[in-house]
Amino acid sequence: MSATTRFLRCGREAVLVEVDDLDTTLTLYAALRAAALPGVIDLVPAARTVLVRIDPAVTTLAAVREATAALRLDPGGGAAGGTVEIPVRYDGPDLAEVARRTGLSPDEVIARHTGTRWTMAFAGFAPGFGYLTGGDPRLEVPRRDSPRTRIPAGSVGLAGRFSGVYPRDSPGGWQLIGRTTVRMWDPDRPEPALLAPGDRVLFRAVPA
Amino acid sequence: MTMTVLRAGPLTVFKDEGRPGHAGQGVAPSGAVDRAAYARANTLAGNPRGAAALECTLGGLRVRFEEPATVVLTGTDAVLTVDGARTGVEEVVAVPAGAVVAVTMPRRGLRSYLAVRGGFAVPLVLGSRSTDLFAGIGPARPAPGDSVPIGPAPAESARGLPPAGEPATDAPLEVDLGPRADWFTAAAIETFLSAEFTVSPAGDSVGLRLDGPVLARARTDELLSEGMVRGSVQVPPDGHPIIFQADHPVTGGYPVIAVLTPAAADRAGQARPGARIRFARAADPLPGQE
Repeated sequence: MSATTRFLRCGREAVLVEVDDLDTTLTLYAALRAAALPGVIDLVPAARTVLVRIDPAVTTLAAVREATAALRLDPGGGAAGGTVEIPVRYDGPDLAEVARRTGLSPDEVIARHTGTRWTMAFAGFAPGFGYLTGGDPRLEVPRRDSPRTRIPAGSVGLAGRFSGVYPRDSPGGWQLIGRTTVRMWDPDRPEPALLAPGDRVLFRAVPA
Repeated sequence: MTMTVLRAGPLTVFKDEGRPGHAGQGVAPSGAVDRAAYARANTLAGNPRGAAALECTLGGLRVRFEEPATVVLTGTDAVLTVDGARTGVEEVVAVPAGAVVAVTMPRRGLRSYLAVRGGFAVPLVLGSRSTDLFAGIGPARPAPGDSVPIGPAPAESARGLPPAGEPATDAPLEVDLGPRADWFTAAAIETFLSAEFTVSPAGDSVGLRLDGPVLARARTDELLSEGMVRGSVQVPPDGHPIIFQADHPVTGGYPVIAVLTPAAADRAGQARPGARIRFARAADPLPGQE
């Protein structure tokens, strides 16, 4: 367990486990999944925390804290997922704006977005939406000042140090650089979300 | 066995105990907003734990049972009418084939739970029959003309329960402080635990928005998104708290000052716009029982 693990009370049926950084979070999440502690009914990984929800009829928060603190974390153990390739048409409405903000040409933005393997860190915002990290640091851009009211499903965006793909039509404030036809969320699949925490993602440019 | 929907009312959805275990995919637990009232309806109807019921906000539902059925309504002071005849609060009603059953408008509370013996057999989505209005997953909302399947009656017979009694509507909602109470000033914590808040009309099964004094933060940096639970009291930059209800998003980016106890979260789910509420610290759980 990392030296600075903190257990934060989150009501009667959950505890928030806070660690140092995203890598440790992914490792902790993988370790908790592998441990399958009795009475743990859900794990919510995020940027620096994993929320552990319990069934109080089966276990206690004290027992879960103790078992979590005793976990052995293998560095890099969280990045054991497979690699998913996502073809993207880079013709998004904010591509020029992202190029201007980063001081890159649009082609360089595309090269850098496709040039590194991203890691799905955690889900949120909507079913099937994964926060992807580990991209080229030059691509860090703020959210748009004014969110759009409707972004089509498959839109590929950037915000902060994250990239992500909108799983369905929704409002949103990310900078949109392209679009994919891959379905990020399909309720008819056994695992409806295309990406799980720990998965690697490689974007590939396809002709516009 | 089927039930035909004649009128759905302002907001009626299928609910059960929700779909835990899918947060990694961005799917929140959802489930009934008032868990205790939902569980009570199933017990009275003689259903096993977890059978799907209808969560009916502000009455208005009207249905026809095509075969004889056993039904019960809990959660508010609304009652069922059978072919226009009123029944009692929480009365377990034997409905004859072809009878029209309606849910009256509650005067107290917001969400009533209609359970039928056998449960509503709508398809499971990720292990649950709950409609998650935030995520947009789960069974479609019932609409006029829909034919809703009813499951086979369970082997065991229905059980009685002592009357629910009047809820203590003036009692404060009990909370445990944290996980991010340290993001607020001591004065804000004191205000949170003593002031009166008013339920805003802009609330739903995702979150209950409160008007009242502003809760000042001791830290102004941005919190990294983290997991949320039912009953999380999240405070956005405007200082007005939001109580997350069953259909909350899996993660949120604003600090949570406190979390309601499960019983308090149930009561919050029955608070109507304009209702005044207060918060109080819950007694600490006994060692080993938290």
